[in-house]
Amino acid sequence: MDLHEYQSKALFAEYGIPVPDGYVVSSSREAGDAATKLGGELWAVKAQVHAGGRGKAGGIKLARSIKEVVDCADSLLGTHLVTHQSISAGLPIDLVYIESGSIIQREIYLSLLVDRAQEAVVVMASASGGMNIEEIASATPEKILTEMVDPLAGMDSQQARKIGRDLGLNDGQVDELEEIIFKLISLMSECDASLIEINPLIVNSEGHVIALDGKITIEDNALFRQERLEMWRDEAQENSRETEARKHNLSYVSLDGNIACLVNGAGLAMATMDLIKLHGGEPANFLDVGGGATAERVTTAFKIILTNANVEAILVNIFGGIVRCDLIAQGIIAAVRDVGVKLPVVVRLEGTNVEEGRALIAKSGLGIEPAKDLTEAAQKAVNLSARSRMQ
Amino acid sequence: MSILVGAETKVICQGLTGRQGSFHAKECMDYGTQIVAGVTPGRGGQEHLGLPIYSTVRDAVDATQATVCMTVVPAPFAADAILEAAAAGIELVVCITDGVPVLDMVQVKATLADEGCRLIGPNCPGIITPGDCKIGIMPGSIHKPGRIGIISRSGTLTYEAVFQTTNAGLGQTTCIGIGGDPVRGMSFIDCLRLFEADPDTHGIILVGEIGGSDEEEAADFIKSEVSKPVVAYIAGVTAPPGKRMGHAGAIISGGKGTAVEKFKALEQAGINTVRSLADLGGAMAEALE
Repeated sequence: MDLHEYQSKALFAEYGIPVPDGYVVSSSREAGDAATKLGGELWAVKAQVHAGGRGKAGGIKLARSIKEVVDCADSLLGTHLVTHQSISAGLPIDLVYIESGSIIQREIYLSLLVDRAQEAVVVMASASGGMNIEEIASATPEKILTEMVDPLAGMDSQQARKIGRDLGLNDGQVDELEEIIFKLISLMSECDASLIEINPLIVNSEGHVIALDGKITIEDNALFRQERLEMWRDEAQENSRETEARKHNLSYVSLDGNIACLVNGAGLAMATMDLIKLHGGEPANFLDVGGGATAERVTTAFKIILTNANVEAILVNIFGGIVRCDLIAQGIIAAVRDVGVKLPVVVRLEGTNVEEGRALIAKSGLGIEPAKDLTEAAQKAVNLSARSRMQ
Repeated sequence: MSILVGAETKVICQGLTGRQGSFHAKECMDYGTQIVAGVTPGRGGQEHLGLPIYSTVRDAVDATQATVCMTVVPAPFAADAILEAAAAGIELVVCITDGVPVLDMVQVKATLADEGCRLIGPNCPGIITPGDCKIGIMPGSIHKPGRIGIISRSGTLTYEAVFQTTNAGLGQTTCIGIGGDPVRGMSFIDCLRLFEADPDTHGIILVGEIGGSDEEEAADFIKSEVSKPVVAYIAGVTAPPGKRMGHAGAIISGGKGTAVEKFKALEQAGINTVRSLADLGGAMAEALE
């Protein structure tokens, strides 16, 4: 689950990590009030969306008067921001963050993430702040400094100070960075963050190190013990079908194709998408209904699939496992009938009692196409989608 | 022969008294697995499914001399359960539980490094030596004793590989679902090493998916250390970057961990790969000819 910049900065402030003063607002009038309260002569007006690349996309504006703050907020609020990281339709700007402007002496990139190869949290930094870390990584990988946080012993002070010195900071700034790194390590573990990215971390005109941006991802698996942060979820920033699926414990990801898949198991769901592509089609989604594949879950899955207008055929691929295929077939038939699925549905079933399952599908009278194996299932789905387009 | 578990393996189950634990432990026992006790804190002295329940793993091990533990507990308790089993002298923990927080697993892995305890999972179907011992949630009926070792990051893809090798008449020595999480117990390499040393395993199927670099590391290892034929498949060619595909570990991040890169690494190491999941069994049969 991603947090907004203003939420990340609230956490930074709780942990004593320096951030500029700011207020989150939802109207241009509030924006003006916020700027007045902050005082000064320079403000940043920042669109709050769950995507990086806001600056380049025009989502961050500098204002030199209260009127400019109000105008900037007015031009952003209620619109959609399209960045290189967002979906093509962009993300809605419901909130803007009004922040005291900072004079930037230099920009640094700093992040903490779980490195799966080392099976530990690592701290990454680069002197090329402000840039996309992927660009830095591919252009100048030697410029990325990495230190591992030992899972049992933690990070030692020398590691944190080495990052500061290698970035070319002066002694006072090395001290400040060390403190920030240790506070971020605490935040990471206490809030179950899987990623904390500060890009840029700046040295301001007074020579102090400050977090000018903040992006935090909270690990979904740990939300059971992060109830406060779960409340911070902004569903407007998430794909509505993906949100709906998550509420039913289904795992769904939207794609651009026209053949929907309904599969049990994440690996098999990916493999099914790949098979569709291999046979000349394009998958419309990833959807894992989980091990149970009960009638209720399959019904919900069909409903979610059908909200995507691009879908022209549906491929159901279930490897029965411990649940019997005849029970799964009954679930699929009930779902197709109850939801009123009009599109062609191809079903590949495998596992215990598969013959009974296939027989039920074949005589359901609902025009569901049984397939005898994976390859036939993919071919049939691709052919039927082409036919349904021509009608 | 087989690897890690066999007919003589004694197994205890953490979470035996829970709904999931009961269901799957019963399936395992019906298959013939020697499940000898259950562990549920605070319920020592009770009985469930005809098995004695102990409050701690230590008590269960002392009473039964079990060496393997199947862990089916809710995600918030999984890390502690694994560490408790390791500290009690269990040699192999098979953790079925999904949704374990990754930072918990970081702690577990660092602690296990000093314990001499192997871990399979979490978020995995488990391990089975067909005909002898099933520890996990896989459907026993699709397996057949035979000569192929199967290693997979995904549950249902393991079943596909099993099903196809059974249909091809090859059967399996042992099948291991290593789990779909980014930080997990045994790796492809750990399993490959055991299969290479097992005289009854004649061929190995490796099923990977997007995310991380385990398949690339496995490719290097196979090239230098594995003499047996290996057939590999990677799921997720069509997965978009930055989107988690169900498994916590199945995500292409920072442009790394794509299926295309993994196929390339495997092929450059001279390993047979199949682009269609449906071709695994056939390709393995061909490789053994």
